[in-house]
Amino acid sequence: MEEGRRKERIDRGIKVRTSGLYAISGWPELVYLISPRFVLIVGMLSLPLIFSVAPYWQRVICIVCIYTMLSIAFDFLANFVGLINLGSAFFIGLGGYLTAIMNVYLGLPPVLSIPIATLLGAGISTLLILPCLPLRGIYFAIVTLMFPLIIEKLIQAFNILGGTNGIVGLDGFPSAWWEGYTAIIVTLIVLFALRRLVNEDVGLVLRGVKDNDQAVKASGISVTFAKALAVFIASSIGCFAGAYLSHLYMWAGMSLFALDFSIMPIAATVIGGGGTLVGALIGSFILVPLSELLRSFGTLRIVFYSLVLTAFIIYKSEGLMVYAQRKYHQFERWVKV
Amino acid sequence: MGKGIKRPLLSVEGLTKHFGGVYALKNVDFELFEGDILGIIGPNGSGKTTLINCVTGFLKPNEGRVFYRDREITGLAPHKIARMGITRTFQVMRPYYSLPAYKNLIIPLWSPRVRKLGGWRGGGKHGDRDTVAVDILEEIGFERDSYVPYKLASSLPTGYLKRLELARCIALRPEVVICDEVFSGLSMSEIATMVPLIEKLQMEGITLIMVEHRLRELFRVANRVMVLSYGDKITEGVPDVVIEDERVKEVYLGWEGEEPDD
Repeated sequence: MEEGRRKERIDRGIKVRTSGLYAISGWPELVYLISPRFVLIVGMLSLPLIFSVAPYWQRVICIVCIYTMLSIAFDFLANFVGLINLGSAFFIGLGGYLTAIMNVYLGLPPVLSIPIATLLGAGISTLLILPCLPLRGIYFAIVTLMFPLIIEKLIQAFNILGGTNGIVGLDGFPSAWWEGYTAIIVTLIVLFALRRLVNEDVGLVLRGVKDNDQAVKASGISVTFAKALAVFIASSIGCFAGAYLSHLYMWAGMSLFALDFSIMPIAATVIGGGGTLVGALIGSFILVPLSELLRSFGTLRIVFYSLVLTAFIIYKSEGLMVYAQRKYHQFERWVKV
Repeated sequence: MGKGIKRPLLSVEGLTKHFGGVYALKNVDFELFEGDILGIIGPNGSGKTTLINCVTGFLKPNEGRVFYRDREITGLAPHKIARMGITRTFQVMRPYYSLPAYKNLIIPLWSPRVRKLGGWRGGGKHGDRDTVAVDILEEIGFERDSYVPYKLASSLPTGYLKRLELARCIALRPEVVICDEVFSGLSMSEIATMVPLIEKLQMEGITLIMVEHRLRELFRVANRVMVLSYGDKITEGVPDVVIEDERVKEVYLGWEGEEPDD
């Protein structure tokens, strides 16, 4: 950087007064606004087509979508409500086991068992997390970290629900297309629905809880209710992902509670950029395929993986999407001081 | 004011709060009548904010009872007390920093109390909350057609943040507003514009409690003043009498009975 100059950032003129309000006066501006969303939706929908030649990667895309849903739920809870949830695996396991019980033991078809597992799982998670909601920051995080570990050990110790073998024989999806598009379409719905929600009035209340829960109380709104609502939303996303996963594998086992499901969403959110929701998607689409590519390195893959993560945190700690959105929405120029 | 006949709106009996061995409040009683502006003054650490916290439910008192419209509200959760119409500002201003100023008001406007009471000044059943929010901000001194109401709360100067705190209370359509040092940190000209706002609230039928350090401004608006010192209520009365009280001079102004000769 030269002496006496500084970089100036100016919002592009399309923005009116505040975020979310735009003045559009012609097709170039329309394209400017719509193209990122358009590219994302069309890109996501065309993935199964592109990878139809490689069934292995089609399966990877499904896994990516599962992690994406978890990451979006994590980002929503952490950056919009202020609840750091380190136990995403709990949602996965709960959804997975519930759908397995309903599908295998009760004989319900996946069309019914997945939605029921989603709602029932979300209800159970919310009830279990309810006593922890007054906790803040690191304390809440530690308690949520415990949930998947406890359930995993309970299943192992009491040898219930198939014990260490898990529940086998779940119904699968009719075809690879069903697998792919179910995951992708639900992921897109989750992403755009949450993006809408956080700017709705209810969403503002949730964001208020993160910024200043005292003022929310003084406004006559129960903070516990607001947090419980947010946990219900996030856990229903996670439980859906879990239910979907166990039908994908046609199996529900203890590895659904694995630490991977808790850690990966956090890493994806950090890399993609917290507080953007779409960043969680970008992060998952980088990390999950990367970890698949590194599989050939065997146990060394965790080393590469850690290096990539560390590099990101040090050199681009704001996250990719925050950086990209700034470049997209603002001019930059050098001005004399 | 006709105090003799009227029932108090809010009455506090024998309120005591201690943190370990430190007594923040010792057996404090007071009554608040409809339409009043009650000032609470006292040196730093005299228990003013603790008193507010106990009344609004943010702290549970160890002893004593709080009644609002003859209903006991001691120990109720803060949001339940707020729903009954008692709201407060905070001494340390903490707006919703990540939201634009007018969006800060969406949260009280969304609250069950406002939804139950219906739309704000005829803006439909609930009114368009964004419009109502900007209306309230305009009333409280944000220039409607400027960028100010739409700026992020984190980028607003102190004067506007104090107003935003007050606006957040007004949006709840309260019956009692408790202001914790709304004048502190403001310049003289900013205070000069705040005073009419307080008077306007009183005229609209809102009862106020004001905790203040800025005595001159407080005594202009308050019609009763209560003095606290180390958790004790020393005296209470009309401002002109309270300011002449020897005990008040002693604890608050540091005088020891007689004026020093030099």
